[in-house]
Amino acid sequence: MDFTAEPLCEDALLLRFGHVMDTRINARVHAVAAHLRATALPGLMEIAPAYASLLLRFDPDAYAKGSDSFCCAVRSALATMPEQNEPDPFSSREVEIPVCYGGAHGPDLEEVAEHAGLDTQQVIDRHTAREYTVAMLGFAPGFPYLLGLDRALHTPRRVTPRTRVPAGAVAIGGAQTGIYPRELPGGWMLIGRTPLVLFDPQRDPPCLLAPGDRVRFRAMDAGEFIAVSKKGGHGRPLADSRDHG
Amino acid sequence: MGDRLLILAITGDRKKTAMSIEVNKPGLLTIPQDRGRTGYAHLGVGCAGAFDLPAFRLANALSGNQPDACALEITLLGPMLKFHADAWIALTGAPVAAQVDEQPVSMWAPIFVRRGSTLAFGAMGQGCRAYLAVHGGFDFEPVLGSRSFDVNAALGPIGRPLRSGDVLKVREAGDGKRDTANHDRNRQRPNPQWTIDPRPWFDVDQGLPLRLFPGTHAHLLDAKSRGLLYTQSFRIAADSNRVGCRLEGEPLELAEPVEMVSEACVAGTVQLPPSGQPIALGVEHPVSGGYPRIGQIAAADLPRLAQRRPGDALRFAPCTLEEAQRALREREQQLREMETIIANRLKQGA
Repeated sequence: MDFTAEPLCEDALLLRFGHVMDTRINARVHAVAAHLRATALPGLMEIAPAYASLLLRFDPDAYAKGSDSFCCAVRSALATMPEQNEPDPFSSREVEIPVCYGGAHGPDLEEVAEHAGLDTQQVIDRHTAREYTVAMLGFAPGFPYLLGLDRALHTPRRVTPRTRVPAGAVAIGGAQTGIYPRELPGGWMLIGRTPLVLFDPQRDPPCLLAPGDRVRFRAMDAGEFIAVSKKGGHGRPLADSRDHG
Repeated sequence: MGDRLLILAITGDRKKTAMSIEVNKPGLLTIPQDRGRTGYAHLGVGCAGAFDLPAFRLANALSGNQPDACALEITLLGPMLKFHADAWIALTGAPVAAQVDEQPVSMWAPIFVRRGSTLAFGAMGQGCRAYLAVHGGFDFEPVLGSRSFDVNAALGPIGRPLRSGDVLKVREAGDGKRDTANHDRNRQRPNPQWTIDPRPWFDVDQGLPLRLFPGTHAHLLDAKSRGLLYTQSFRIAADSNRVGCRLEGEPLELAEPVEMVSEACVAGTVQLPPSGQPIALGVEHPVSGGYPRIGQIAAADLPRLAQRRPGDALRFAPCTLEEAQRALREREQQLREMETIIANRLKQGA
């Protein structure tokens, strides 16, 4: 398997599988993460995927020679792993996210449409047509960076970021789309809002989405938005094939 | 539920009353911290935890706790606390004037505080963070396995820094019998009976350089900037915090721009944003970032970063990853030895 391994600090190794945002590279990152999780490497404390890289944190007490000996252990754990370059639809969950597009919930929808040379309904159609992959979570607890945005919808970030973006805001930032898990400052273009709660530390698991999950958006009207909000905004995956082998 | 914490009676077999401490004044930023949260980076949840880890651990050791018990991290200006029961505490980190009922108390020492006493802090003369541990540990409800409050993510017990009126519960110590005996002995004597030497754990002159080994993109710095990184004295900017310290100085530049996709970040990473003013990431660093990484501060020197305040100077000294790993192993060994020495001393009740 082709990757570089670089020690980031005394107790962390970064495996790098490429240098660009790409669904195939990202699929490999998630496959390696899953393999290492299943291997239960001694002293492996943390596995955190990003677009094209994987952070591995280890217990220095378990590896006398530090990152060198940990790196050897990782390489031998991955030596037996089959090559995998395509996202595996049977090993990841599919989660549907209902979104109320436009209006007060999506104040930048018209600007995105203008930038794309489309009308707002076409933007909604294209945003809901695709299947996305949760490439990574970051920025804030539970914030998913989603790969797979229609090229026509790629829109630059706002020149002046908003100081307050509401929880559940569905947004576009460059080639990515994502969802704000709580009220945060942010510079992405807001096209809609979901009533689902993306992050709740009291819930198990705390995040609605996990790295590698497949996501579909579905348009909902304002009435349904309110109804789901009232129920507490707890969504559930459509299917969890991981639990069924 | 609400802003105030509830006092809950502890129905242990030895004590029937809850040990609690009331916050009369919160100080500038007083926050519960333990060793932080691990295992949630893949969900975008960072580690947080005590920034000056050795000072935090020694505060716990001196108050007879396990190394990961929850303590309070005090920033620049300390709180005023009222004790509703006898307590055994310890205070470490940056030198800060502390008084129990207007009597000065020593830092880096086990201190016995009587029920009804008030512990009042002044401002820190130097450094940035002090740690207050109490025997048993502060009893906050853990969030995702930790009692640390992540200020930036607004994640952790009570979801905010301490406020006036908060009542902090203290956990009952595991071995009640011996501890009670210790308390009884201690309360007969004036405080303190002994202290440990803070010098290995706190840079009194605030002048020691931080060891830095090259980061992924160090070789992309232009020749002048590569020199400047290790020769110039940076200044900690005013907007520095637990997320990161912005380092002011002559701007550093890359020889050529680099396109990066977001990758994982760790504490101690020195990033170079387009402004040319580096950022040294702290314990609340974002889990990922897209700025070039020009260096990595040796983990053994992270406590020095934690103790630099806005306006302080900061220099880097070159080192290698191997040297940094060795320094960390040595530091860990010293720390464990000191924890053992303290534990033995406490057992003797001396």
